[in-house]
Amino acid sequence: MTGTFAAIGAGLAVIGAGLGIGMVGGKAMEAIARQPEASGDIRSGMIIMAAFIEGAALIAILLSILMA
Amino acid sequence: MRNRIFIITLLSFIYLYPSVAQDNHQQVHQDTTTLQSSNTQDDHTQTGESHDAHADHEDHDHAAFDPGATAIHHISDANVYSILDFVRIPLPTILYANDKGWDIFSSGKFHAGHHEDGHYSYNGYVLHHGSVHRVADAGFPMEGSVEVEGYAHKQEEKNGKKVDVNYALYQGKEYRLDARSTMDGGILGGGFTSFIDFSPTKNVISMILVSLFLFLMFRKAANAYKNNPTKAPSGIQGFLEPVFLFIRDDVAIPFIGKKHTIYLPFLLSVFFFILGLNLWGQVPFLGSVNVTGSLSVTMVLAILVFIIVNVNGNSHYWGHIFWMPDVPIPIKILLACVEVMGLFIKPLTLMLRLAGNISAGHIAILSFIGLIFIFGKSGESLGGSLVGTAVSIPLTMFMMAIEIIVAFVQAFVFTILTASFIGAATEDHHHAEEGHH
Repeated sequence: MTGTFAAIGAGLAVIGAGLGIGMVGGKAMEAIARQPEASGDIRSGMIIMAAFIEGAALIAILLSILMA
Repeated sequence: MRNRIFIITLLSFIYLYPSVAQDNHQQVHQDTTTLQSSNTQDDHTQTGESHDAHADHEDHDHAAFDPGATAIHHISDANVYSILDFVRIPLPTILYANDKGWDIFSSGKFHAGHHEDGHYSYNGYVLHHGSVHRVADAGFPMEGSVEVEGYAHKQEEKNGKKVDVNYALYQGKEYRLDARSTMDGGILGGGFTSFIDFSPTKNVISMILVSLFLFLMFRKAANAYKNNPTKAPSGIQGFLEPVFLFIRDDVAIPFIGKKHTIYLPFLLSVFFFILGLNLWGQVPFLGSVNVTGSLSVTMVLAILVFIIVNVNGNSHYWGHIFWMPDVPIPIKILLACVEVMGLFIKPLTLMLRLAGNISAGHIAILSFIGLIFIFGKSGESLGGSLVGTAVSIPLTMFMMAIEIIVAFVQAFVFTILTASFIGAATEDHHHAEEGHH
């Protein structure tokens, strides 16, 4: 039973991560379209932000693996 | 020339020690009926291009493939350094039991077989799934070496929670096994048990090897700079110089400011240590160790960051934590509680972020490799194995490419957050509060 709840929890965490990284990626695409010469800076910033957001989601996933 | 002699002796030691210290476990065990039968015939069918350690699962004709347990087993630490099940380098085992005292011996005495299960016990300790367990029942011979027939595990109720209890089978009877003590207070199923394991395990040896490799690499570059300061960088310098300048100019100086030279060695060490360990864990042929994915290692790194940030905090830093200026008094008190929690949560997130990212990557790769065995029904269906291989290889290659990016990004994120915390702790009080200070 705890395994089911843990999996549901991990899925919910991934919803948040997906939304967050999707927003970051979308805004980054728009910014590159507006100013293509800044694409290098925008790309590296985007990857760093994605790492932070993914970190939060992976903390939740790690906890659900350990709890079940 | 001295450098070369040093490297040659180091490499020859690393290559000669396993060939001398290996024990040929094929001759040792007899074929008795066991619950987890270990076949002497090593039927390693070469499906897939990596993680051959899984191949032995196909030999078990009555054990279905359990992807969850296999994944957890492969991201855990072990007392034997095994490379693809061909080479097993026994590591020293240093144990301390409250009633017996110290026990120091080579883990080769366990004569590990498949699944890293020891065929022999030694002084009441056995090797099960790669880690040392102690027999808790009194009837088991606590001195010397006896042959253990197999291992079993059951689910039992303990304080209302179901726990997995391991048993060793000896002469037809089951003897309960104690795992080693962990200091997690029971959250992750651990706690203090009858013995403490101080042995250098796979993770420890990997950390030593990676540190040694980094030391040699940097020493070579440093000597090149010292002997020929005006020469253009070449060789290993060509790789290290841009990275060094990147950390100094884009991480240390923007966040820490003028005093970055004090903290730059720590930032560089943390970055290259984490990067080296992340990449070391990605190569399956070096023993598939999962060092930075283990919470203990990242916890130590986080504790180091905590100590460095708080020891170097100046009065403005502590003032902002306990008594935030320019806010009303009730908010000051509320913010004090929140900031004190944040003091501990920030290193905690560093620890969990690194361990979670690397562990999750390893589990994903192991699950994709496990697809081969799920499709092939653990060796029964050859056609299924082929389909599984065709599906699994592109997924695994994709996942491993992502893992290389994750290795770099996670090392960089750890470093940049550390620099940001150090900068927040040591910055001078000049920008905010122009009004009255």
